Amino acid sequence: MELLGQFNYWVFIVLMMTGFYVVIARGNLVKKIVGLNIFQASVFLFYISMGKIFGGTAPILIEGADDTVIYSNPLPHVLILTAIVVGVATTAVGLSLVVRINEAYGTVEEDEIQQLDEET
Amino acid sequence: MLVSVVDIILLAFLVVTALAIVRLRNLFGVVMLSGIYSLLMAVIFTLLDAVDVAFTEAAVGAGVSTVLMLGTLSLTTNQEKAPTHTRILPLIVALVTGATLIYATTGMPRLGDPNAPIHHHVAPRYINESGTEVGVPNIVTSVLASYRGYDTLGEVTVIFTAGIGVMMVLGRRRAKPKPGEKRREAAEDGKAEDAA
Repeated sequence: MELLGQFNYWVFIVLMMTGFYVVIARGNLVKKIVGLNIFQASVFLFYISMGKIFGGTAPILIEGADDTVIYSNPLPHVLILTAIVVGVATTAVGLSLVVRINEAYGTVEEDEIQQLDEET
Repeated sequence: MLVSVVDIILLAFLVVTALAIVRLRNLFGVVMLSGIYSLLMAVIFTLLDAVDVAFTEAAVGAGVSTVLMLGTLSLTTNQEKAPTHTRILPLIVALVTGATLIYATTGMPRLGDPNAPIHHHVAPRYINESGTEVGVPNIVTSVLASYRGYDTLGEVTVIFTAGIGVMMVLGRRRAKPKPGEKRREAAEDGKAEDAA
């Protein structure tokens, strides 16, 4: 772990920007939501990386262990557990909106939807 | 040492998967890759000692999300249209934002540093006292259900709201939406009615 330095954080940034690019550059609404998921998961990676302690173990108390046992920080884990579940809930709402848009317009491509809006 | 190497390899896989998602235009492939992405993320979480997060990500991120997306694909299309024009502006925006964030990481503590500020606030209390105060061996459970119980209540509220939202968006024309399987059934009903 000592080798890594800030490598995890750089990967987090690369992934986050990949997701960001998909969200703003791609016109397909399903792809946009996949991009949003990439973005979201990269933030999870960032938080969990911050909670890691070199030489530590998972934050589950070991019975009879002495004080030398190091536990990684449990707080980011809790926050991210909540965030994962909330993330799926928002994904579900987003996808249901995509299905609804597809019913109304017959397409999930952003520019085609815009064109149809301008025609009416 | 070994952990570092495994970490670097897994993170490289993650980046490759993300770039493949950007390039691929078959949406079925994109959804499968996003499942792989979540699973890789879960393995990395295990490596970083976050076992609870890892199995939640594997079950919810790789499982439920993928199912929801496949449901959406079955109701819409599974091929992304080829872009009509190259979009250079979003690329520049993403690169500039990324460069700014990388500059910001220079002020961050190194990975795994026990002296980082994050480890010296409330975390020591959770680790030292939760065994006697709450009595559950898993500290994450103690924090989730006891110390930060209101957070979890808020989470449930958000999920409930999202459930209502999905029902309102997709189940509008249905007289009595059945609980469970509401999303797909309702949407399929809507399609059938449209066709009729």
